[in-house]
Amino acid sequence: MRTVDKKSRVSRRQFLQTAGAGTAGVIAIVNGAFVMGANGAWAMEVENLQPSTMATLIQMARDIYPHDHLADSYYAKAMIGYDAVAGKNGDIKQLLETGVAELDGAAKAKHGTGYLSVGWEEDRADLLKAIEDDSFFQRIRGGLITGLYNQPEVWAKFGYEGASADKGGYIDRGFDDIDWLKA
Amino acid sequence: MAKTYDLNDDSVVVIIGSGAGGGTLGNELAQKGIDTVILEAGGRHEIQDFENDEWGMFGKISWLDPRTTSGDWRVAKDFSGLPAWIVKAVGGSTVHWAGASLRFQEHELKVQSTYGGIAGANLLDWPITLKDLEPYYAKAEDKMGVTRTNDIEGLPGNNNYKVMKAGADKLGYKHCHTGRMAINSAPRDGRGSCQQIGFCFQGCKTGAKWSTLYTEIPKGEATGKLEVRANAQVLKIEHNAQGKVTGVLYADAEGNQQLQKARVVCVAGNSIESPRLLLNSASSMFPDGLANSSGQVGRNYMRHMTGSVYAVFDKPVNMYRGTTMAGIISDESRNDPSRGFVGGYEMETLSLGVPFMAAFLNPGAWGRSFTSAMDMYDHMAGMWLVGEDMPQESNRITLHDSKKDQHGLPIPNVHFDDHPNDIAMRNHAYQQGAAVYDAVGAVRTFPTPPYPSTHNMGTNRMSEKPRDGVVNKWGQTHDVANLFVSDGSQFTTGAAENPTLTIVTLAIRQADYIAEQMGQKAI
Repeated sequence: MRTVDKKSRVSRRQFLQTAGAGTAGVIAIVNGAFVMGANGAWAMEVENLQPSTMATLIQMARDIYPHDHLADSYYAKAMIGYDAVAGKNGDIKQLLETGVAELDGAAKAKHGTGYLSVGWEEDRADLLKAIEDDSFFQRIRGGLITGLYNQPEVWAKFGYEGASADKGGYIDRGFDDIDWLKA
Repeated sequence: MAKTYDLNDDSVVVIIGSGAGGGTLGNELAQKGIDTVILEAGGRHEIQDFENDEWGMFGKISWLDPRTTSGDWRVAKDFSGLPAWIVKAVGGSTVHWAGASLRFQEHELKVQSTYGGIAGANLLDWPITLKDLEPYYAKAEDKMGVTRTNDIEGLPGNNNYKVMKAGADKLGYKHCHTGRMAINSAPRDGRGSCQQIGFCFQGCKTGAKWSTLYTEIPKGEATGKLEVRANAQVLKIEHNAQGKVTGVLYADAEGNQQLQKARVVCVAGNSIESPRLLLNSASSMFPDGLANSSGQVGRNYMRHMTGSVYAVFDKPVNMYRGTTMAGIISDESRNDPSRGFVGGYEMETLSLGVPFMAAFLNPGAWGRSFTSAMDMYDHMAGMWLVGEDMPQESNRITLHDSKKDQHGLPIPNVHFDDHPNDIAMRNHAYQQGAAVYDAVGAVRTFPTPPYPSTHNMGTNRMSEKPRDGVVNKWGQTHDVANLFVSDGSQFTTGAAENPTLTIVTLAIRQADYIAEQMGQKAI
């Protein structure tokens, strides 16, 4: 049967030459205004939120919907819109800054370090579990449903081919090509 | 060029809504030479406007006006502002329906006699029998081009169907096939055949699936006897001192109020808006709402017992390829109280794309349990479970006591509590659905909770006696002779089958009656 190639084809856009500094995690903060992925695979400028807040939100996004076959850039793309929203809406900015500060506070109390530097996903998920009914968590989780899963770039990584009418549908492209069912 | 009618023309039949009920009725009346105006709240999006994009089309065609929910149903928790997943556009929900076209079973039209007393259920026999409906079912199947009727071949089975069929065979189910679908398996009636595109819920790009948008409505317009006014949100039905309806007040595309006079008014706005309109049309003569002397307007809201089962296999399925509802198992649709519930349910394949699967597989869930399921998306098969739910008086559409819509009218609240029979049936259906997939080696199955209601029924129900319901066996309101209900809200009970075929059937039958009554000057 015809299957979909799910391999990652992230273009490594080198916005910055070097990973300047920062944390032990793969998401770094550079020059106080940029958030950057591992090895400079992607980077974004943050204008309204604190860059450390955005970095934590991106990690939080991955911890809420962890897909090991998705690079951080997809999570970053799902979250970057909050920076512009925060620029226009003071309530949202407050919700996000306070939410992240409290999450960091809980992480420090339990692990002696901020959320981004808590090493195990399981430990970070426990911190999220404690706030899962809060409006901060629910806003981030709810937004990810479309922010992450409605990115056409991620569909192929789940083996989903998206629009088909422009390709003539599947009548000649494997709508009935399953070959492993035993009678 | 389609005919247009003057607002002061009081000879016209005005139909509110252009979906399976309103769109069909409009064409049927026009074919008989009756001057007809359809007022449709939504816009007119033709096939070229359809996109293979789940959220894109959701935003474009869904009914997203504010609504509230209450009751213990899970939809009230997961989708509190979206009780129903229906369409606000010319063609109504026939734009996004899947196409399953099943006749009701004989006993499902007389459930009070068949099931007896069920505590908490407001059961009632329909005032019509299967025999009354059969000639009209035949006309509807021919009109819609339903596969496996009228010598029309069944559709070919896709991967999702093949998994279901293999499991059904292993379990010993005898009635599994690719369905009776209003989707062309070969060109018919000026429309092409199914190209197995998928995206049936987003509007059929080839028109192979029947929708009033590109069948009934243009056919009616071609007679010169039908005008369809899009972006016309009806606010109130007006009546005279004799208690006869005289016209319809609506807001046009610019938000200006217009009054279209009418000889007859037919309400077909789906089972939330139709009772809401009758309730919002209360007057000093009808203080509890129009046609509501029984107090039954808005009550007995039904939405089918639903749920889904998705299953993961160790090899790929690619269920999204091809028709969304690609096959059916009917073995559980019988009434067999030994299973612990009355009534029955159908099992119908269903697939969602990645965007909708993320939203509906297990709403609110997060973490590895959820994402490990999503990671196996291309290895999933899926089915929808749809069965008869019990009518309950307290499951009802009411007017919100403070929230208003953009026109200043109270928004509807949709209250629904599951009946114990609904819960017992759902649990049985989850178990059997999982068994179908387990039989062919599923490694994991998911009992997925109900989506917002696509099958909305029963809020203006049909009854022999005026005290038990809102309309008679023709869909004519008991209280007002020239006011009709023409959508699924007239269903006395819901049966196990998808409602569209029966809505179309009742509309064809109602058109004959309206024409006869107009001919006799009775209305």
